[in-house]
Amino acid sequence: MGCALGVMLVPATAQAASTPGVTSTSITIGATVPLTGPAAPGYDEIAPAMTATFAWANAHGGVDGRKINYTYLDDGYNPANTATLTRQLVLQDNIFADVGSLGTPTQSAVQSFLNQQKVPQLFIESGCNCWNNPKYPLSLGWQPPYTIDGKILGAYIKSNFAGKKIGYLSQADEFGQDVVKGLDMEIPASSVVSRQTYDVATLAGPLSNQMAALKAAGAQVVVLATIPAATALAMLPAAVIGYSPQYVVDSVGADAPTVGPLLASFAQKGGASAGQVAAAGGLLNGVITTAYFAPESDTTNSWVQTEKKILQTYAPSLYAKAGLDGNDQYGVALAYTFIQALQKAGKNLTRQSLMNAINSQGHSFITPGFVPLSYSSSTHFGFEGEEVVKLESSAPPAVTPTGSWIGGVPVGPVETTSPGSGPIKKYTGPTSTPPKSLSSTA
Amino acid sequence: MTLFLDYTLNGLANGMIYAALALALVLIFRATRIINFAQGAAGMLTTFIAFSLISRGWGYWWAFVAVLLIGFAIGAATQLVLIRPLAGKSELNPVIVTIGLLVVFEGLAGAIYGNASRGFPAAFSQRGLRFGNTTVAFSHFDVFILVAVLVMMTAMLVLFRFTALGLRMRASAFSQEIARLLGVRVGLLFTLGWGLAGIAGSLAGLLVAPTSAFGPYYMNLILVYGFTAAVIGGLESPVGALVGGLITGLCISYVGGYLGSGLEPLGALALLMVALMARPEGIFARPPARRV
Amino acid sequence: MDAAAMTKYVPRQPMIRHLLVAVLAGVVLWYLTTQLSTYNVYQVGEIASYVVVLGGLSLLTGANGQISLGHGAFMAVGAYTLGLLMTHTGTNFILELAAAAGVAAAAGVVIGLPATRLKGPYLAGMTLLFALAVPSIADKWPATFGGDQGLTVSAPTAPGSLGQEEWLTWIQILGALIVLVLLANLLWSRYGRAFRAVRDDEIAASLAGIHVARTRVLAFAISAACAGLGGALLALSTGVVNTGAFPLTLSIQLLAAMVLGGTGTLFGMVWGGILLVYMPQWSTSLSTDFNLGNGASAYLATIIFGVVLIVAMLAAPNGIQGGLRWLWAHRPRPGRGDHEVPAPIPVSVSD
Repeated sequence: MGCALGVMLVPATAQAASTPGVTSTSITIGATVPLTGPAAPGYDEIAPAMTATFAWANAHGGVDGRKINYTYLDDGYNPANTATLTRQLVLQDNIFADVGSLGTPTQSAVQSFLNQQKVPQLFIESGCNCWNNPKYPLSLGWQPPYTIDGKILGAYIKSNFAGKKIGYLSQADEFGQDVVKGLDMEIPASSVVSRQTYDVATLAGPLSNQMAALKAAGAQVVVLATIPAATALAMLPAAVIGYSPQYVVDSVGADAPTVGPLLASFAQKGGASAGQVAAAGGLLNGVITTAYFAPESDTTNSWVQTEKKILQTYAPSLYAKAGLDGNDQYGVALAYTFIQALQKAGKNLTRQSLMNAINSQGHSFITPGFVPLSYSSSTHFGFEGEEVVKLESSAPPAVTPTGSWIGGVPVGPVETTSPGSGPIKKYTGPTSTPPKSLSSTA
Repeated sequence: MTLFLDYTLNGLANGMIYAALALALVLIFRATRIINFAQGAAGMLTTFIAFSLISRGWGYWWAFVAVLLIGFAIGAATQLVLIRPLAGKSELNPVIVTIGLLVVFEGLAGAIYGNASRGFPAAFSQRGLRFGNTTVAFSHFDVFILVAVLVMMTAMLVLFRFTALGLRMRASAFSQEIARLLGVRVGLLFTLGWGLAGIAGSLAGLLVAPTSAFGPYYMNLILVYGFTAAVIGGLESPVGALVGGLITGLCISYVGGYLGSGLEPLGALALLMVALMARPEGIFARPPARRV
Repeated sequence: MDAAAMTKYVPRQPMIRHLLVAVLAGVVLWYLTTQLSTYNVYQVGEIASYVVVLGGLSLLTGANGQISLGHGAFMAVGAYTLGLLMTHTGTNFILELAAAAGVAAAAGVVIGLPATRLKGPYLAGMTLLFALAVPSIADKWPATFGGDQGLTVSAPTAPGSLGQEEWLTWIQILGALIVLVLLANLLWSRYGRAFRAVRDDEIAASLAGIHVARTRVLAFAISAACAGLGGALLALSTGVVNTGAFPLTLSIQLLAAMVLGGTGTLFGMVWGGILLVYMPQWSTSLSTDFNLGNGASAYLATIIFGVVLIVAMLAAPNGIQGGLRWLWAHRPRPGRGDHEVPAPIPVSVSD
């Protein structure tokens, strides 16, 4: 599978004039993401990381001689804006496909429109189960559905914390509900002593009441299905009252370079400088979470090295500010999945050939993931497997310009499952390595 | 029982924060009869400035004082440049201008500092107070907030009730024409009022930042609940702002804790409607005399 | 013949005049929609829906003097009513739109009743909380209200060979024209006089026999109905109803758009609608011209929006429509005794 980029020296065949967004020298794609607003922190890095990856591909001649033009617009996580901006991208800018747009409410708002306009809605940045809808064949997910996170974490809790009291704190929307659904498939209901929720729209301060209720119920293991800000706003008040349960945190809210700075100030009293905290200790030590590709702290991993090089070369200001964190890795991986899809779709690029390539050959795409992509004519999910990871102060840290953040070690095998009631299976297949030509820059 | 105590302490802690912002709103309204919707955002911006100073090595308390002064300057400048030209026209215009200013402050903070996650240091330890063997859900920092808000409220009370300056400010707000005729420098006092409120807003921003998702929008919900608190207490009364803040904080805490999160805005709305039905000018306001 | 003589042909009856203006506008818009691209046609539809909302707000604040920072919530009520009716019943969409307006009017009464006792900033505070609370209801019961995915609104299919986008835009335009005619007639009638009397002097109005509280609640109900209808129309055109579309900022932007358009005017609301729809796009493209890299430029659009609000308020405190009226009143007119007229220049004057 060493399909190297830039080897296609044969000029593209004359493109059928009817495929919007595709010419013999370019492919125009678009997306809507939150760049401003309370939902922007962290997620605003994904699109620039994707742009950097496409810039790398374009520097190597593009795909079949076509350069990828990626336009992403700010919808502020407001579905009304998404509806308008997506119509602008499709009706006015004539994009070939909508790639890497973010959010469940936002992308649900345009799912019907995009499918009706026959525009592929690819690799939606959301773990909702709803993307696997046969009514909308052009809409595909990418990251593992939240229910899978819940199942795999739940199975880990069941076998490693048997007999302990479990408490949940979940976001009161589809994300939190889907994680809880997965948890409940594995953890016996009698073990769950408290189920707390928080509303992301009114998240203003510490989730003190919820943590107090979890402590009062005696929860010894607390599962957090939270965005990074809420993870911090849960751990902080718990620490205030001296409550330190075993935390199990969904990967959405467990990226150490993202959550770490929010917790940093707690470790200091007034007068210390904000920002840096030692890798050892800290509130994140011992946190259980999952990962579906090698994290940024695994500096020996060839994918991590490649992602770093791509960012350093093609998004230097982004890299200088924040280094490589989970969101950047996500963006590079997603963009490369799209590049693979374009390559397999062939010179005669149409929306149909693109969908066929993903559905029939998706499982053989090269990605940083631990498991192959699941795309087929009957499923629209991408990754459906991950491994359980524990954040350990002894593990190599993730080093960014903002500090040194705790790294993680795997504490279980790579497992796959489906968001439904199917079983969890170990995955023993190989992981792919980036092809030789990807590891050289410029 | 301990859960009730936790909910109460959390409610009081949050309530103090709403009171801090309510005090700033009351100060401006009492002095100039305008609601400054940009108050929270101004506090956010000055707190970001404090963050920059601290990152450059300034001590926390030096940055604290510097930023309070900057808050004064921003408040006074806003009144001088943006609000004064609108005097005499529709009362909606200053509202829109302060809303525009809110948006500009958010945009400035976002453009300069970006969206990245960051924490803000607290003035004192955030670990809970220990009484014997139990740790209470009220930290040393929460005590500082309590003290700061009480000091602010007392200062405002003293200013308005016991000083000549305060009397002149109240006179200017009550009737500009008559105050001018009596030799009061109305314009200067309006500007001073906004400056003082700027100090209060900056203080609120510094108090809230350590325990929130510190970013361009972290003061927005505080503004809404702070406004609620000010309205419940009576927009003319510093004591009302404090009491209103505590009531609002407690209500939100109990509703969220016992009825489930997500119902807090409804709880606050119900509280507001009940309070205003009973006392349409707020709990601590004097009922106005109506000239027929 | 000149303008003075032409007025002979304009009907005296304001109701008929409003109708004629609406018909004329309709014809002009028809021509416009045939010439514009599909995306622009969609935007014209959006503008029309916002005009419906803003018209009601202008009546409430301009004519009746009550400030509302919560009209986004009434839009949500109308949109969700439409969504729920469409999901659970199969009635005609026009009936559903009317029901959306009706339910929103009822919500307007619920808020309007306590509002009768509140003045200025106190009313603003209550409506602000209302704007926060209503969407949270939909979030709290996701099974009924669709949760993150929202409710789907299946638009009625276009008749004949009319494009779907054009059809939806025309529903919105017709809605806007009808509502504007009704509002204009209302403001001209004794109800309008009652609104203004209560705004200007409550006690005098009460002495004159006007029931103050009832007038206030009526104004709230009508403006809420307009907002609900506007919200439902927007839901019809986007195809989805979702709480994320009704944040606090929406209510604030509605107020700002109304004031910028010209509080109390109806035609000014067209400027307000145009601002709401085009400002984000315009400020984004302006900021990308500065080429600051995407993070900063996304917020630059925000800054530009705020600056425009401030500058517009300082430069034109009566809004765009007010500014236009000022310009029209101060236009140079020869031979009318206007002190701005320059020294007389011999011209041939037709009569």
